Amino acid sequence: MSVAVQTQSDERLAKPGLWDRLVVRPEIGALLGALAVFVFFSVVAGQFLSPLGVANWLDDASTLGIMAVAVAMLMIGGEFDLSAGVMTASTALVTAIFATQVGLNVWFALLLSLVFALGVGAVNGWLVMRTGLPSFIVTLGTFLALQGLNLGVTRLITGTVQVSGMRSADGYESAGMLFASTINVGGTDFQVSILWWVLFAAVAAWVLVRTRFGNWTFAVGGSALSSRAVGVPVVRTKITLFMTTAFAAWIVGSINILRNASVQANQGIGLEFQYIIAAVIGGCLLTGGFGSAVGAAIGALIFGMARQGIVYAQWNSDWFMLFLGIMLLAAVLVNNTFRRRAERVRR
Amino acid sequence: MTSDRFVKFKFAAAVAAGALVLAACSGPQGDKPAAGGGAAPTPNSGGGSLRVAVVTHGTSGDAFWNVVKNGAEAAGKQLGAQVDYKADGDPGAQAKLIDNAIAQKVDGLVVSMANPDALKTSIQNAVKAGIPVITINSGEAKSAEFGALTHVGQSETIAGEGAGERLKDAGKTKLLCVIHEAGNIGQNQRCDGAKSAFGNVTTLQVDINNPTDAQSRIKGAVQADPSVDAVLALNSQVAAGAVTAIKGAGSKAQVATFDLNTDVVTAIKAGDVLFAVDQQQYEQGYLPIVFLKLYKDNANTVGGGRPVLTGPGFVDKSNVDTIAPFAEKGTR
Repeated sequence: MSVAVQTQSDERLAKPGLWDRLVVRPEIGALLGALAVFVFFSVVAGQFLSPLGVANWLDDASTLGIMAVAVAMLMIGGEFDLSAGVMTASTALVTAIFATQVGLNVWFALLLSLVFALGVGAVNGWLVMRTGLPSFIVTLGTFLALQGLNLGVTRLITGTVQVSGMRSADGYESAGMLFASTINVGGTDFQVSILWWVLFAAVAAWVLVRTRFGNWTFAVGGSALSSRAVGVPVVRTKITLFMTTAFAAWIVGSINILRNASVQANQGIGLEFQYIIAAVIGGCLLTGGFGSAVGAAIGALIFGMARQGIVYAQWNSDWFMLFLGIMLLAAVLVNNTFRRRAERVRR
Repeated sequence: MTSDRFVKFKFAAAVAAGALVLAACSGPQGDKPAAGGGAAPTPNSGGGSLRVAVVTHGTSGDAFWNVVKNGAEAAGKQLGAQVDYKADGDPGAQAKLIDNAIAQKVDGLVVSMANPDALKTSIQNAVKAGIPVITINSGEAKSAEFGALTHVGQSETIAGEGAGERLKDAGKTKLLCVIHEAGNIGQNQRCDGAKSAFGNVTTLQVDINNPTDAQSRIKGAVQADPSVDAVLALNSQVAAGAVTAIKGAGSKAQVATFDLNTDVVTAIKAGDVLFAVDQQQYEQGYLPIVFLKLYKDNANTVGGGRPVLTGPGFVDKSNVDTIAPFAEKGTR
């Protein structure tokens, strides 16, 4: 489902052909890559296309996809967030600690954890804007700090390294309906996280291409100086983008804690790079100012299909990461080829 | 500004929303007291080929889990069963691997439960789908509740107590317990067990994926507190690092460890390592395949509702020579 933009047609402009119009979309490479991966695993792996199989790889892609979309927006805005992976564990831990240790209602715990997430996002953004340091460095610091907080606070409060017992907390079932329910389609249970992913990608795509804030995002990522000169609120835009990433981490953390009913203090480490690579497969540039939310969602889909497809194909798991790496590189290379063509079309 | 594409998008959204209303929606189950377990899966009568998925929480490349994998694959070869070994340390990802095995309609499932709560739904789904499940290594307390046939492993607390006991008998007074996986509950239980038997224990957190740093941290800890005269490592790789670190620091502390590998065997022979607590994890890979085969062919269950214990066994100077060749082969 691609929510592509189309500039309003104007009779003064020559209409470019459909092919040229398609080829300049940042997500086209990812779409072709996704098709290729899909066809490949449908052929080599028996259960890949079974309803259970589809539900499984969509689920795998969903939580990655929610984050990838937010990270893509941030990358279009010209920044990185390396703390995004650990944030998914931090938000889950905050929710779990308030619900199981303090004994609050799960809804209230979720609210507190949301406040915490937005706070961390705002601090990330504020530090980056205030210090002028690259966000790569600032959020690397936040990443390590959060990792330490996750372990330290968890052990301090619970005396162990997992927080569990969510299932007996007040409001678990009603909050679970929102974040961890399953939807039965034709006899197969699909996780609600897939819906969140689609919804999040659609909203992000709409914001990026149809709102003023979306324009600002592309502008500050393209050139912060020029956009400031034409009156774009650079600081506010970037801080909002960091908060968006934190918000997405809160959604994913909530999905995780309500579905798994427990959370480990060391979860989420290393996932930040998966978000970035999913966004890059989706057509984002590391330099900012270019990319798409839908592309990032498709990038996550490629990731999910490859990750579960390798298992369905029953290849030796020792080589798992090698397969994954090669596949992702191939996807990025396809993308690059397309972007070069696209740039030729634009000229 | 509504282009016709946007109208289409709205229409698609409406259709999707409609589909959702029609689709049955079910939330997660809360904990209710006295919830009945699912029906036990019915064994198919007769032989035929057996396909087993082994899904563990060990990081790939971990020496301990490599032995488990070897055990499972050896049993598979001997019994003519196909064994797929998969591992992921993240509980959510591990749950997805279990779902994946269910979708593949495997004949049996072997799962290690470092984080039982996270795997509950997936394991119960497997049981519902009629797949016999055997839990290994950790998660013993929840094994029967989730509907598993049996649990194969060792009690971490008992093993920790055993190690603490032995160190106390060796006349040690202050122990440093080195935890190498931040989210692993079993390692905490080991250190707690050691604490209850030994008394004066401090814990140190290191990262197994960064051996150099782990070594320096142990070195720093024994240098900072010269009264430490014993170090308990929870993994053979960490133990090897601890031996080097202690030598480097010029400390008089001795190392004891959980789990074996060739380095530890050599170190026990040389007297650098006092003893190793061996949970014989080869059996944790091997036995479940045998049990599943028995269950499939003859509807047998093992253990009588109790876990099948594979440890703790102790390896020290007295029996190390017997075990050394097996450690070489990657089966101890």
